[in-house]
Amino acid sequence: MRRKVLITMASLAAAMLVSACGKQENTTANAPAAASDAQASAAPAGKGPMGVAFVYIGNPGDAGWTYAHEQGAKAVEAKFGDKVTVTRVENVPEGADSERVFRDLASKGNKLVFGTSFGYMDSMVKTAADFPDVTFEHATGFKSAPNLGTYDVRTYEGAHLAGVVGGHVTKSNVIGYVASVPIPEVIRNIDAFTIAAREANPKVKVKVVWINSWFDPGKERQAAESLVGQGADVLMQNVDSAVVMQVAEEKKIHAFGWDSDMSKFGPNAHLASAAIDWSKYYIRTVDEVMQGTWKNTPVWGGIKEDEIKLVAINDKAVPEAARKAVTARHDAIRDGKYDPFTGPIKGQDGKEIVPAGKTLNDDEKHQINWFVEGVEGSLPKQ
Amino acid sequence: MDWINLLTPLAASAVIAAIPLMLAALGELVTEKSGVLNLGVEGTMLMGAIGAFAVTVQTGSLWLGVLAGIAAGVVMSAIFAWLTLSLMANQVATGLALTIFGIGLSAYVGRPYTDATIPMLRDLPIPGLSSIPVLGPSIFSLNPLGYLSVALLVAIAWFLYRSRAGLVLRSIGEAPSVAHAIGYPVVRIRYLATLFGGAMSGLAGAYYSVGYLRLWQENLTAGRGWIALALVVFATWRPGRTALGALLFGVVMALQFQAQAMGIRIPSQALASLPYLATIVVLVIISRNRQTIRLNAPASLGKPFFAGS
Repeated sequence: MRRKVLITMASLAAAMLVSACGKQENTTANAPAAASDAQASAAPAGKGPMGVAFVYIGNPGDAGWTYAHEQGAKAVEAKFGDKVTVTRVENVPEGADSERVFRDLASKGNKLVFGTSFGYMDSMVKTAADFPDVTFEHATGFKSAPNLGTYDVRTYEGAHLAGVVGGHVTKSNVIGYVASVPIPEVIRNIDAFTIAAREANPKVKVKVVWINSWFDPGKERQAAESLVGQGADVLMQNVDSAVVMQVAEEKKIHAFGWDSDMSKFGPNAHLASAAIDWSKYYIRTVDEVMQGTWKNTPVWGGIKEDEIKLVAINDKAVPEAARKAVTARHDAIRDGKYDPFTGPIKGQDGKEIVPAGKTLNDDEKHQINWFVEGVEGSLPKQ
Repeated sequence: MDWINLLTPLAASAVIAAIPLMLAALGELVTEKSGVLNLGVEGTMLMGAIGAFAVTVQTGSLWLGVLAGIAAGVVMSAIFAWLTLSLMANQVATGLALTIFGIGLSAYVGRPYTDATIPMLRDLPIPGLSSIPVLGPSIFSLNPLGYLSVALLVAIAWFLYRSRAGLVLRSIGEAPSVAHAIGYPVVRIRYLATLFGGAMSGLAGAYYSVGYLRLWQENLTAGRGWIALALVVFATWRPGRTALGALLFGVVMALQFQAQAMGIRIPSQALASLPYLATIVVLVIISRNRQTIRLNAPASLGKPFFAGS
């Protein structure tokens, strides 16, 4: 009897390990999946395909952050065909656990490893030190090494274009912003959005509600509903799930999608989505490593590099004037003629923060921890 | 600002957030009243959530989906019951394993359904009552699952304290060997109570995925199963107090977002920690009166039963 219990418990534990741990998926362009390990380990020896690995925090699904990276991985496969072997490891938790995954990928002969979440940073720094022949690229990080580069995307430029639309569309002059965790990246998005919205309509107020979590659809829904209850008729978001869009559809108001096209979750509510497109960057980086020309240069691409776009603009809900204004602003940013963080910019209390004629440089943008005029909401004191 | 315009959305948001907590907690309450401690609520809720969502996507029927969610909960608790009641495995360890198993399996099963869309479960306002200020829109304008939840609360309270079967169930949680001596089938009744608890957790998950959020994402319930477990203790094993506790949680959860949206300048992190602070405060208050706990906590909770011991 006792043994039976132990066996059952052990099998239950085994089952849970299998399903809880990250699922590793190997795909090759034209060889069966089973052969990819052998191919990958043969890679460093000479001419075989180059091993490229992507480490994901979630699974790609149909929308959101990991989905955007997966589109980049697919673009790499499409571009290089059998010259590369692309490996994905999904659902890798941040922190110490991820180090095992990075070491494993490096020791299996991958030449280039992309880590796509901020919390992988220290694991990648440690792994990169032990594998000098492997190139590592870390999304959204700030620590680097000779063989560890960083890349990020100027999501605030997408938020800014959304702001142009939001300012034109709102009738109540209240725009609700469902925000995730108060870090400079998110604060920067809120500011860039508000600057554009108030340029289009100076009466606009942007109400910010923090859910203090990267992931909790229940809280996202409550936050969105609270904002609607407080008079918001347009919702903006910095969270990944489509809940905000669904709330807008139910309440017959409007909302923006984030990270990828979310129009199917609210056909009437959807105004536009600020979508990330990593494909060009991924293709370029793979090419550089293949040619041996890769150097550690931090990448922060935006509209100019086609890495962020405002997609799926809803013609029925967005007036022509707004569409024209978006195109004009998009082109101005692309041509380097405009930057959302150009003075004069007033802070939440009405005092000038950025004087006229000055534009924040990238370092200053990375450290934004203040709200611009027109934002209603509080920031934790540091 | 107008108080009614302020309180109405707060109350509505609080009630809707409270329902899945209440459902899962009531199910666990019945299970625990029979003397079984099932810590697998979070995993069971997740399986209920994905079961309901997947079947709704496949069949297009919300009600088939809800039934599938309940069925998934029953299967999960059947595994638990078999391990703990038939094979006498440790209840705490098995429950924890069940949660981890449910988190992983629901993520795996749910992969094709990430961000699929399903139709909305319509609200059914009760004419007249739903126009009462503040309370009307929150209590008398629920979706069918919301009304079902209220009915289940009443039914469970009646069953436990007004029916003979409820008395037997409670006696098995207090003194299983005595109940066994009189001739009640202790293990069979514990099985039924555990399966019922699983069904309720499955329903709570179904409510969350198809009745409230209308989407599936990995780890959708984000820890609400654990809150439901705490609620049972918080409510000192009484159904009415469980509902009130769930509502209190709902209010505090809703309040943090309302306060932010209204521009009240309290750090949002402090507001986010309020529900947990409230739990600790109430637990401390309850614990001061040991008798309330001793009177209501099932005496044989978590202890395996061997016939003849």
